[in-house]
Amino acid sequence: MGKLYTFLKYFFITIWTVFVVAPFLWALTTSFKDFNSVNGGVTYIPWVDFEPNLEGWRVLIKSPAEGGVDIVEPYFNSLFVTCTASLISIILGTLSAYALSRYTFKAGPIKNNDITFFFISQRIMPPIVLSIPFFLFLGAVNLLDSLIGLIVVYIVLLMPIAVWIMVDFFNKVPREIDETALIDGCNPYQAFFKVVLPNSIPGLIVAGMFCIIFGWIDFFFAFILTFTEVQLLPVKIVALNSSITPWWSLSASALVSVAPLIVVAFIVERYLSKGNLSGAIK
Amino acid sequence: MNLVGENLSYKLTEELQLRKISFNFEKGKLYTILGRTLSGKTTLLKTIAGLLMPDSGTIKFEGKNFLEIPVWERNIAMVYQQFINYPHLNVFENIAFPLKQRGLDPQKINEEVFNSLKLVGLEGYEKRKIQELSGGQQQRVSVARSLVKNAKILLLDEPLVNLDYKLREQLREEFKNIFINGLSEESIVIFSTTDPREAMELNGEVIVLDEGKVLQVGAAKEIFENPKNLKVAAISNDPPMNILKAEIDSNKIKFENIEIDIPDHLSKIKDKNFNFGIRASDVELNDNGFEFEVELAEISGSETLLHLTRGNAKIITSIEEVMDFKIRDKVKINFKSNKAYAFDETGNLASSPFGGSSV
Repeated sequence: MGKLYTFLKYFFITIWTVFVVAPFLWALTTSFKDFNSVNGGVTYIPWVDFEPNLEGWRVLIKSPAEGGVDIVEPYFNSLFVTCTASLISIILGTLSAYALSRYTFKAGPIKNNDITFFFISQRIMPPIVLSIPFFLFLGAVNLLDSLIGLIVVYIVLLMPIAVWIMVDFFNKVPREIDETALIDGCNPYQAFFKVVLPNSIPGLIVAGMFCIIFGWIDFFFAFILTFTEVQLLPVKIVALNSSITPWWSLSASALVSVAPLIVVAFIVERYLSKGNLSGAIK
Repeated sequence: MNLVGENLSYKLTEELQLRKISFNFEKGKLYTILGRTLSGKTTLLKTIAGLLMPDSGTIKFEGKNFLEIPVWERNIAMVYQQFINYPHLNVFENIAFPLKQRGLDPQKINEEVFNSLKLVGLEGYEKRKIQELSGGQQQRVSVARSLVKNAKILLLDEPLVNLDYKLREQLREEFKNIFINGLSEESIVIFSTTDPREAMELNGEVIVLDEGKVLQVGAAKEIFENPKNLKVAAISNDPPMNILKAEIDSNKIKFENIEIDIPDHLSKIKDKNFNFGIRASDVELNDNGFEFEVELAEISGSETLLHLTRGNAKIITSIEEVMDFKIRDKVKINFKSNKAYAFDETGNLASSPFGGSSV
């Protein structure tokens, strides 16, 4: 059982890894190719099959007038919107999650779990259902086609993720830790900031990373709620057209757009596998 | 200047509630709350701590209404049965936490923390992470954190229950010394436990709690010698006291075709039917005794617990050595009738070998 299991495990992991990594490698090599290397038959290995050059990458920062695609501004727009919305979502989400985990709310038949589910249900709804209300709302407050408007919408989309992850996390933090903090002279705010929060860092990081991932990859709302003034990266990339923009530049822009997510994935992986509360209660 | 509770009621669930509990705890004394699981021990301690607000009743301390003071201003300390520490802080920082919260100067904090580490035998561990400690050491840290505050009320909620047998014995002994030496005359210590031996060993004032009600209050010795009723007798003995329905007839105690000469201290009982109570340790193997059948034999530490039956009578006896019995073996036993108890049909103590009686 043991050896066969190990063999099968690594066998499938290897196949899966090849399946996942191959397109990225393909994009990576393509981004360094020129016209001849792309159109003159299949080439794989730089310096052997073809001579790599940086032309594909240079196009990314050139303005359209110079024949480039200029994804710099959309890139920083996306970073700004995603990070700001994620940060605000984490702060609000953590506070609500702590309240939902520790205090009892009751309004008729509505209890804590129902409130938690209400948050999550915002994500269960198909996004298209929300698009018209969002559009009308942003139009009414004059925030269509603006970074602030996008941040507001993204908070609505990302906060449920933060609440969901943090409620689960706080439920696993023993209540006795809060109680001990109260007994040791903390008022409820101090208990939260001095004791509960420092022990919630793994949860905060995981929630933050998920917010960043979902914020970064959103195309739908970025597409609907912006027109000319503001453009986010996913919209910009989709707008690229292979008949105008060369393949090597498309490959390069695809790679820079997933780069932040790859970084995030490595950080999340470390925290998903270990908790910090093992010593709190035994 | 005592801690006085009156008619405290609190309903958590149907099974778990406090029913009109009153107490009067004096400074400088050790109190043990003895009761089974779900008897309301933790609920009572949390109510005193201020973590739970009673539905009705009052708590007064030093003449002030304690219920109006929030937890963080009460100057109490509490040790939980789970080993609760702050996982993000090391041992030193954990113990220093309540003092820092009070705003003491670092010099003073240092001094107090090291004193308290010494008291619980954790010198040299101050830089360790909590996660690196064993269960017993973690519990020592939380005891140190509760002692360092010099709190006026120290609550210990079954602090030894999650430790292994050996460590429990050792810590129990140490705790006793800590409570006697390490605390000021000003402190009230309240220790809750399910283990009657622990209560007897700590030798303080015992409050027997059952289903949220106080059954009996008294010195440990008094509770052990003169349990007020059948429930107290069951809770304050481990294994529980054997209770057998018996009758008195012509100076004999009779049950299941067994006849025992009535001992002097039971001779005053007038009722014909009563409950005959005898501790497991007061039943001995004797070749001239009465025949019982072994239902179960368990070895616990250095003693053997025998569960025996004869007709409808079931008794447990503890033998001070490890012996091998098989199920359905026949054994002969004798009762030390001079150590027997009598409870009347309603369950109240009628007569005890230590002079307690209602007849």
